[in-house]
Amino acid sequence: MTRHTLSVLVENKPGVLTRVAGLFARRAFNIHSLAVGPTEHEELSRVTVVVDVDELPLEQVTKQLNKLVNVIKIIELDDHASVQRELLLVKVRADLAIRSHVLEVVELFRAHVVDVSPEAVTIEATGNPGKLVALLAALEQFGVREIVKSGTVGIARGSRSMTDRALERVPRPA
Amino acid sequence: MTQETSPAHPRPAPPAVAQASGTRPAVSVSAEPMSGAQSVVRSLEEAGAEVVFGIPGGTILPAYDPLMDSTRLRHILVRHEQGGGHAASGYAHATGRVGVTMATSGPGATNLVTPLADANMDSIPLVSITGQVGASLIGTDAFQEADIVGITLPVTKHSFLVTDPAEIPNAIASAFHIASTGRPGPVLVDIAKSAMQLPTTFTWPQEITLPGYHPVTKPHAKQIREAARLLATAKRPVLYVGGGIIRAGASETLRKLVDASGAAVVTTLMARGALPDSHPQHLGMPGMHGTVAAVASLQKADLVFSLGARFDDRVTGKLSSFAQNATIIHADIDPAEIGKNRAVDVPIVGDLKEIIADLLPELAREHEAHGKPDLGAWWHQIDAWRETYSLGYSQPDDGLLAPQHIIQRLGELSGPESIFVAGVGQHQMWASQFIRYERPNSWINSGGLGTMGYAVPAAMGAKVGAPDRTVWAIDGDGCFQMTNQELATCTLNDIPIKVAIINNSSLGMVRQWQSLFYENRYSNTDLHTGHGTRRVPDFVKLAAAYGCAGLRVEREDEIDATIKRALEIDDQPVVIDFTVSRDAMVWPMVAAGVSNDDIQYARGISPAWDRED
Repeated sequence: MTRHTLSVLVENKPGVLTRVAGLFARRAFNIHSLAVGPTEHEELSRVTVVVDVDELPLEQVTKQLNKLVNVIKIIELDDHASVQRELLLVKVRADLAIRSHVLEVVELFRAHVVDVSPEAVTIEATGNPGKLVALLAALEQFGVREIVKSGTVGIARGSRSMTDRALERVPRPA
Repeated sequence: MTQETSPAHPRPAPPAVAQASGTRPAVSVSAEPMSGAQSVVRSLEEAGAEVVFGIPGGTILPAYDPLMDSTRLRHILVRHEQGGGHAASGYAHATGRVGVTMATSGPGATNLVTPLADANMDSIPLVSITGQVGASLIGTDAFQEADIVGITLPVTKHSFLVTDPAEIPNAIASAFHIASTGRPGPVLVDIAKSAMQLPTTFTWPQEITLPGYHPVTKPHAKQIREAARLLATAKRPVLYVGGGIIRAGASETLRKLVDASGAAVVTTLMARGALPDSHPQHLGMPGMHGTVAAVASLQKADLVFSLGARFDDRVTGKLSSFAQNATIIHADIDPAEIGKNRAVDVPIVGDLKEIIADLLPELAREHEAHGKPDLGAWWHQIDAWRETYSLGYSQPDDGLLAPQHIIQRLGELSGPESIFVAGVGQHQMWASQFIRYERPNSWINSGGLGTMGYAVPAAMGAKVGAPDRTVWAIDGDGCFQMTNQELATCTLNDIPIKVAIINNSSLGMVRQWQSLFYENRYSNTDLHTGHGTRRVPDFVKLAAAYGCAGLRVEREDEIDATIKRALEIDDQPVVIDFTVSRDAMVWPMVAAGVSNDDIQYARGISPAWDRED
């Protein structure tokens, strides 16, 4: 099985996320991560789904997604032709004895400290999934106390916009 | 590269009605002030509905008040929401129009789950209007609240939850459009009671705006040419015809393709009647209980051209051994069906009527250029299968009636203009095998979901849609007991259907499997309704209680006379209790999960494939 990132443009209506997520479950596909948010057009939302699936079942799930009335457009984001990011917040043990070592790692990964207490720091980092895995590995020795991670969001490189052409089909307020 | 993963085929221009231009033309229907409830009724009228099968309750009550004054809508009060849903399905099957059903929230709505799932599997255009608790109560576990949109999400083509009365016309217009276009299916419109009670203005949308819904109807020319080339050069071609042909109204064009190509044809359970059974190239039904000729032709074909079928497991048997030597052309309106189960060589997405219409001139061109293919050897082989393994049955040992004979006589005496509706089980298979279907929309059954209890309500709906045709529900004693309350609806509303109960006093198909695969251990399949039992219930008395004519047939010499008598009664529903042998089995049979090559013509008898004669 290989990892695929699908970018799904949907109508910004109640229940659409359930329809998309439910379809994956119903057709027995495992969602690795899912992120949803508004776009530059209030009529549209964008769902980024990362799935572990072979090529043929991926085609099937894409076709099934396309059948959802609220789904407007689906593209697959290729690793090399897109930028993909996750956001990580991690709470690491960092008393005075080791704090400077922790901060060194933060510096190295171009992450930020967003909260400090006597025993711990909270670090914010964004990056591709690989970078965040490496950061966590580097922090592990200090004692990771809590992790929260967003789903992947991604965008294709270059000047073309996914929403532009799709928008021709969407009713615009006058 | 950023890859476009939407269908491999470019989307042609969407149909005008679904075009999302962003600007709406001036509406011809001016805005009228009315209540949300009136808007529901008015929207159904504008959508072209003529009949609504429903039953009122708390949250749908507001809509039932203006419904009483509607002159354009006939409401038929059913006895159970499931009956209403299947009736709407039978109506849609028989007429090709959208079936409409109405129910209240909570249990009313959950009772619709089975008919919605059934319609979803068999691609039947349905619109279900359900009441929902008031908008402010949604999510509070209010009395008779159920999240029916959530519950039915996996079994509907689409659904709407309406809390703003202004959205009612658009939701209902969209529901009818979605239900009836592309691959047809059920659409649920769940309307909060508060939206029905509020004042609103009614404006019927002149254009339906669904930016994500553009069914492809026009096939790709390149694929059509490739399909024509393959069909013109195949040595052993089979047209594998599914229910899509009937949904598309493409039976007549199909006939032309059959005649022009000279190919063998099989019609699936959902497609019986798509090509007349009397057509010489018609080999009957493929699949688990298909004819040997139909099953064998697919197995030995060098080209399988699927038209509106979906390679269901009941047709393919063990998938990896299905039609192993065949090139596959798959034509369907639903791109997701193509390649779902079986890898496809030539995919064609589009409306089957247009696909075949485009294919015919291309095929003629191929024939002109290269001559018609010589299919003599293929037909010689097929005719040998047909002759050696024709459909038949043996007389039961217990002296009771052979169910197959009764069903055959029903077909013969009632004639090809009749509509035959079946439940699910042995009687359904025999009705598919032993009645000769000569036209589309004459065979109605629950194919995909396999819903026991489908026959009586669906027959009722079919009769409402086609009042001039004789409508038979061919039912089992098990199925009949699931939904027979709709006989009351039939009697009171002058819907004179005819019910033939093939009464083997048991859940026959399950019993057959117990005989074949569970060493005759008949666990919980005895229903005590037949010969030599206490007859609980007595179907003749039950029929009388419902105001129907009740007849019983136990002897061979009564069969014809009783069927004829039933055909003469047209002022009330008729129920005939045919007491039959419980040992009769459906043959041929491909056991579940087994290769089609291992089809059994009768118990323990498999065709000898290698014999060349």
